[in-house]
Amino acid sequence: MGQPMYRAFASALAVSASLFATQGWAQSDITIAMQLEPPHLDPTSAAAQAIDSVVYANVFEGLTRFMGDGSIVPGLAESWEISDDGKVYTFKLHEGVTFHDGTAMDAEDVKFSLDRARAEDSANAQKALFAGIEAVEVVDPLTVKVTLSEPDGNFLFNMAWGDAVIVAPESIENIKTNPVGTGAYKFGEWVQGDKIVLERNPDYWGEQPALEMATFKFISDPTAAFAAVMAEDVDVFTGFPAPENLPQFEADPRFQVLVGSTEGETILSTNNKQPPFDDVRVRQALAHAIDRQAIIDGAMFGYGTPIGTHFAPHHPAYVDLTGNSAYDPEKAKALLAEAGFADGFETTLHLPPPSYARRGGEIIAAQLAEVGIKAEIINVEWAQWLESVFKGKDFGLTIVSHTEPMDIGIYARPDYYFQYDKPEFQALMETLTKTTDPDERNKLLGDAQRMIAEDYVNGFLFQLAALSVAKAGVQGLWVNAPTAATDLSAITWAE
Amino acid sequence: MLRYSLKRLISLCLSLAVASVVIFAVIEVAPGDPASFMLGVNAQPDTLAALRAELGLDVPKHERYFNWVGGMLTGDFGTSYTYRTPVSDMIADRMWVSLPLALYALTLSTAIAFPAGIYAASRRGKPGDIAVMGATQLGIAVPNFWFAMMLVLIFAINLRLFNAGGFAGWEDGIWTGLHSLTLPAIALALPQAAILARVMRSALLDILGEDFMRTARAKGLSRRQALWRHGVRNALIPVLTIIGLQFSFLLAGAIIIEQVFYLPGLGRLVFQAISSRDLIVVESVVMLLVFAVIIVNFLVDLAYAAVDPRLRSRT
Repeated sequence: MGQPMYRAFASALAVSASLFATQGWAQSDITIAMQLEPPHLDPTSAAAQAIDSVVYANVFEGLTRFMGDGSIVPGLAESWEISDDGKVYTFKLHEGVTFHDGTAMDAEDVKFSLDRARAEDSANAQKALFAGIEAVEVVDPLTVKVTLSEPDGNFLFNMAWGDAVIVAPESIENIKTNPVGTGAYKFGEWVQGDKIVLERNPDYWGEQPALEMATFKFISDPTAAFAAVMAEDVDVFTGFPAPENLPQFEADPRFQVLVGSTEGETILSTNNKQPPFDDVRVRQALAHAIDRQAIIDGAMFGYGTPIGTHFAPHHPAYVDLTGNSAYDPEKAKALLAEAGFADGFETTLHLPPPSYARRGGEIIAAQLAEVGIKAEIINVEWAQWLESVFKGKDFGLTIVSHTEPMDIGIYARPDYYFQYDKPEFQALMETLTKTTDPDERNKLLGDAQRMIAEDYVNGFLFQLAALSVAKAGVQGLWVNAPTAATDLSAITWAE
Repeated sequence: MLRYSLKRLISLCLSLAVASVVIFAVIEVAPGDPASFMLGVNAQPDTLAALRAELGLDVPKHERYFNWVGGMLTGDFGTSYTYRTPVSDMIADRMWVSLPLALYALTLSTAIAFPAGIYAASRRGKPGDIAVMGATQLGIAVPNFWFAMMLVLIFAINLRLFNAGGFAGWEDGIWTGLHSLTLPAIALALPQAAILARVMRSALLDILGEDFMRTARAKGLSRRQALWRHGVRNALIPVLTIIGLQFSFLLAGAIIIEQVFYLPGLGRLVFQAISSRDLIVVESVVMLLVFAVIIVNFLVDLAYAAVDPRLRSRT
């Protein structure tokens, strides 16, 4: 009797041991879903954020890089020296860095990448980042000297953008379909319309990440996104498109919900040159007619931080100016009467596809109607928006989230679509560019925020939230989105 | 038969030519510039001009039309603006999802509709008929994407029998591929089956009242024998028409279902291409779908002639 008993016990032990073994093995791959599929995989020749969401920091690296908290740290450049006049940056590159095709990454590649981005026929979507570069020189294989025409306090920040990553002349031809970078992950395969697979790069120069493989899946429909997470088909959904479903995930122990901040200032853009918006009193009336919290609650189900100017609230230089444009419909009506529009007026409200615009637009139109402004809602596709609103400037109002980091400089461009033309602001931005002292910069940034808030250039609504849903065991995801990226390097599975 | 086929063939070519002009004109007229869509709001004018030249968008419209048509005739569909890969490769990849899905859905829909329609016709006015008719009424009224969501809720989220979406590919074997297409195929098939079952039933009922059916009974065939030997075969003509239409619809009309199940098929390709103004992809895929619809109709026409000799003699 003892014998079979023992056997049963032993086999039970074996079973539980094997069970334990499979559980003890940390999962080494991950499936990450996002809404939009990249059009191609070259971050240096397109504006599509979806490209950076897959390749930034994973496949491609720049001289400097963003961290999850928004700070800028050394990337391929190990260190740098800035000349006293602030014009010459000498970068010391990491030794022993190779591209995924085995070729060495050296100063020539850096020169090639920067020169390519600023060339006349460059297809770089953020060419302005490189506009200040006068010359790029190779000092030795591991040293690059970049000379600027003017000192630029933003230069190291600019070099961290996905549009400034280092690419190699050997692999540039097929970069769109077969990206070859220096990152901890190399490109595996791309089933267009479905998924992109990245594999760990065993020859990575830095620390080896925990995950061996990552699969990016593209699910654009919000209902499908919900179903995919619920059915546990995907491990993480970044930029989750259906905020109304988040409470359900929060209540479910299988999942965690990450709520952070993006660089997206969501604004009611106003055509400053189109009457009656050329009158500051009308724009001020607009600002007081809007109840931000109602928009955040109604359109974003409570996710989002109110802003009173065009600046990210998590930035140290942020000034809270929401009081300047507090919700006050009576004041709005009085201002309209003062400007000669006691009976209100009619305008257009162009809404691009994202739900912050479509849902938010309905609420704003209703709030404007309260003070007598009849806004006719016109729903547009992005391509149409770019053509008629952005390029043609044929609009009264529109709602857009400006997702580029630190983009208050757009207010210094008089031909920019909302057409704010103020020499004082332009001068302020010029001073800012030349200033390298952090405290002085923050002070100038504060002045800039105040100036546009007091001119009521646009209706400042809220900072777009970064919403992600993940399985409970996933650790190391970015909560905030200082730039479009899915940094795989710190992601691990809880044991 | 030959003359009949030839006439059909000429009308097929004319339809294609007209379709190509209409498609090109409509898509080119739609507002939105592919280059500015790709480069976004911070693009500089010289960058945009460089990209437009690279994409060949600076060439006059009529020249682009002839390049496009000429290319298609030689099997060259051009290169996608956004993906920068040959359009023919992209279509071929997507075809491996859309075509099997359409065939799968069509098979399911016929497999449900034929027995249901025949059963209802043979039980006319009885509870069985009423039940089938009620169910088909529901099938027609409910949109397929709603069915899709219900299927996902029940079979993917609650029962965990299927994935909520996505396509597993054919590399791991045909069953893995079919398994991942099952829910979308059912969602597509149910409304189609409802329509088909009703057509089958009413066609059969028409036939059952014909003189030759009475003759068949008079010859001593049982109801059932007469129904199967003479009724069903003759009812096939209207049913075939509907199947032809449905196949075209299933191939071209799966856009919403492909979104709901995030399948990398033709519908999703068109959807993405339209929003990114990838004009050449939209034009080529729509042209291909038109071609498929016209070919299917051509084949159905030929099938009529095969089933019904009167059509051959008339022309």
